[in-house]
Amino acid sequence: MKVPRISPVFVLLVFFAFPALVHATRIGDVTDLDWSEQTFRFLSLRDAAVRNAVLGSVFMGISCGLFGGYVVARRLALFGDTLSHAVLPGVALGFLWSRTKDPVAIFVGATVAGLLGTVVVAWIRKTTRVKEDSALGLVLSGFYAVGICILTVIQEMEFGNQSGIDKFLFGQAAALSSADVGLMGAVAMGALMMVTLLNKELLVTSFDEGFAGSVGVPVEFMRYVLLVGLTFAVVSSLQAVGVVLVSALLITPAATAYLLTDRMGTLLLLSALFGIAGGLLGSYGSFLGNNLPTGPFMVLACTSFFVVAFFGGPKHGLISKWLRRRNRVRQVSFENTMKAAYQVLESGDFSKESVTVGALADRRRTSVAEARREADDLVKAGFASMVCSDNAGSLYSQDARLSLTPAGWERACQIVRNHRLWELYLTNEACYAADHVHEDAEKIEHVLGEKVVRHLERILKDPRRDPHGSAIPSLEDIERGAGLSTNPSSATGYFRQN
Amino acid sequence: MVDIPPPLEIHDLTVSYDRKPVLYGVDIVVETGSLVGVVGPNGAGKSTLIKTIMGIVRPNGGWVKIFGQPYRKAVTRVGYVPQRESVDWDFPVSVMDVVLMGRYGHAGLMRRVSKRDRLIASECLEKVNMQPFAARQIGNLSGGQQQRVFLARALAQESDLYLMDEPFAGVDAATETAIVELLRDLKERGKTLIVVHHDLSSAREYFDKLLLLNMRLVAYGEMEETFTPDLLQKTYGGRLTILSDVAGQAAGRSEFEQEGDPKL
Repeated sequence: MKVPRISPVFVLLVFFAFPALVHATRIGDVTDLDWSEQTFRFLSLRDAAVRNAVLGSVFMGISCGLFGGYVVARRLALFGDTLSHAVLPGVALGFLWSRTKDPVAIFVGATVAGLLGTVVVAWIRKTTRVKEDSALGLVLSGFYAVGICILTVIQEMEFGNQSGIDKFLFGQAAALSSADVGLMGAVAMGALMMVTLLNKELLVTSFDEGFAGSVGVPVEFMRYVLLVGLTFAVVSSLQAVGVVLVSALLITPAATAYLLTDRMGTLLLLSALFGIAGGLLGSYGSFLGNNLPTGPFMVLACTSFFVVAFFGGPKHGLISKWLRRRNRVRQVSFENTMKAAYQVLESGDFSKESVTVGALADRRRTSVAEARREADDLVKAGFASMVCSDNAGSLYSQDARLSLTPAGWERACQIVRNHRLWELYLTNEACYAADHVHEDAEKIEHVLGEKVVRHLERILKDPRRDPHGSAIPSLEDIERGAGLSTNPSSATGYFRQN
Repeated sequence: MVDIPPPLEIHDLTVSYDRKPVLYGVDIVVETGSLVGVVGPNGAGKSTLIKTIMGIVRPNGGWVKIFGQPYRKAVTRVGYVPQRESVDWDFPVSVMDVVLMGRYGHAGLMRRVSKRDRLIASECLEKVNMQPFAARQIGNLSGGQQQRVFLARALAQESDLYLMDEPFAGVDAATETAIVELLRDLKERGKTLIVVHHDLSSAREYFDKLLLLNMRLVAYGEMEETFTPDLLQKTYGGRLTILSDVAGQAAGRSEFEQEGDPKL
C-alpha cells in the first residue's frame, strides 16, 4: 500500500494562498503606513514587540500543535475547549493577587483553575448520572462566567484600566513581554521533550489504554502528563490568542493534519507546523491592522488551512475524491461502450470489422447522439477510430462506423471475458441461477484485477462458454485482435474458430 | 525439586462495577500448557475476569498471581488480545505501528524500539499472513484482518501466558481457522492460553479445557468433565438471581465503605 505523502507543492500553495487574505482584512483600517512598509517592519524583526510576537507565535504553535495532535486523535476536543475556558477565573485571580500583569502569578492561577475544572468534570461524572459531555459543558460555562465577573470587577478598580487584562480575552501577540515569551518557550521545549521521550508510551495509551496497561505503561501517569501539559500549553498561549479562541489552536491545526496523514508522527509534525504558520500569519495580520486582537486572525489563518486541506488534500480531500470518482465513472463508461462494440461484432459472427453508431445505440439503449458522443470519447482516448464511409459526413448519422484499435479490442475482450467468467463463477461455484448473474457481473467486470481473473480461470478450468452459451473470449482472441492491427485488410481477424 | 508456580492463580476474586458485583469469590489455578476456553452467558463477567487478571480493573477482594508474582512484576510474560471494538480504528497508526506496540513491554520506558523488535514484529505479521498490509492504516482493513493484527501484536509480546478477549467475534471463516491453528501452535510450544469465547458449540473442538463462568466459577476442568448438560445448564440456565439481588442490595447499603471505583 502506498503511504500517503504530503507534496511540498501543496504545502507551498497553502502558504502562498495567504497574503491575499490577510490584505483583505486590512481594508478599512486606518493606518498611517502603507502595508508594504508595515510588512517590512514585521519581517525585519526590528521592533522588540514584533520579535516577541513572532517568537511567541512559534512557541505557541509548537506547544498547542503537539498537544492538539493528541487531543484530536484521542477525541478530547470538547475536553480541550472546556479546559481552555476554565482557566479564565484563574487568570483573573492571579491578576487580582499580583495587581499587575505578572506572568508567573497568572500562570499559576490559570493552571490551578484549569486543573480544578478537570477535577470537577471527573467528579460530576463519577458521582452523578450526568454524562461526560454535559459535565464538560457545565464546567466550561460555569468557570467562564465566574472569570468574566471577576474581570469586570477588576476593570472597575483603579489599577484595572491600564492593566491590559482585556488582552487575555481575544489575545494580543504584540503585548507579549520577554518574560511571557520565555515562559512560552519553556512550555514549547517541554512539549517537544515529552513527545520525543514518551513517544511510544503516548502512542499506545492514546490508541489502546487497556493494552498499554498490560505492557506495563503507567496509564494513569501518562494521562496526568497529557493533562498537565495540555493545561500548560493553553495557559502559556492565552495572551497570544486569548481565552475565547485558544481551544481552536488545539483543535484546528491538528484536525487539518489529520486530514492529510495516517501516521501519528507525521500528524504531530504537521500539526505543529500549521500551528506555527497560523500563529505567524495571525500576528502579521494583527500587526498590519494596527494591533487588532490577534486571536481571531490566528484562528482565521488556521481555519483557512483546514479549508484548503478539506478540499485539496491528496487523499481525503474533497476535490481528489471527486476526481477519483469521475475517473472511475469515465472508465466504466469507456468499458461499457467497448463491450457493446464487441457484442455487436459478436452478433455478426465477427464477419465485420467495424460497428455502426446506430447499432451501438441499440445495444447501449441510448440515443444515436449519445452513442456518437461515447464513440467520439473512445476515439479521443485512442481505443477506437472512425471508419470513413459514404454517410460519415453527417455528425449524427447512425451509419457512421466505428472500429476498435488494438488497445480497444484488447480491453473489450478483457471486459467481456471478466463478465462471462464472473457469471460462470456465480452459477457454477456460488450456485446462482443463470438469470440472476448478469446484474452482478455488470458491476464486477470493471473491478476484477489480473490476479483474480487468473484465479477464476484456475477454478473454472479455463472455460469456453458462459452460462448463457456465449463464447468467452480467450487469451488467443485478445492476442489475435492485437495482431490484426498490423494487417487491417484481414477481415477474419476478429473471427473466432470454435 | 523446585515447585514451579502456575501461570495463573486466582484466589477469592470479587469485582464489582458501579457497586454491582460482577465476579464473586472466584478461585482458579491454571496449569502450564493449558488451552482454556472461558464461556458463560452475557454479563457473566468473562471480560471482567480477563481485565482483572491484567490489572486493568481493580478487584474489590481477593488476589491474582501470574507465575507466582503480582501482575506488575510479570508484565513481559503476559500477552493480551483485547476486544476489537475497544479501540478507535480510525486512529492514525499503521498495522506495523500496532504490532510494534507488542514490543513496548520489552523495550522499557522511554526507550525506542530496536531493529530486533521490528524484525520480530515483522515475523509475527508474517505468521498471521498480514505482512503485505504492514504499512496500511488500520481502518482500511476488514474485521478479520483487524483481529489478525491484534493477534500479531500479542505474538510480538513473546509471552508465556496469553489472555484473549473474544478473538473469534465477527471474523470470517478463514481467520477463524487461522486463529485456531495459531492457538494450537502456541499450546504445542508450551504456552498457556485463556480465551474468552461466545459460541458454545465450537468451544468443544477449539479448546482442551473449559472454564464455565456466571458470576461464580461454575466449573473448571478438562473438556469431557466440564462439557456436560448438567454443568452447562447450571451456567446458562437462569442467572443466579437471588445472589445477584441480595449482593446488589448489600453493596447498595455499604456504598460508602466501598473503596474506589474499578471503572477507569
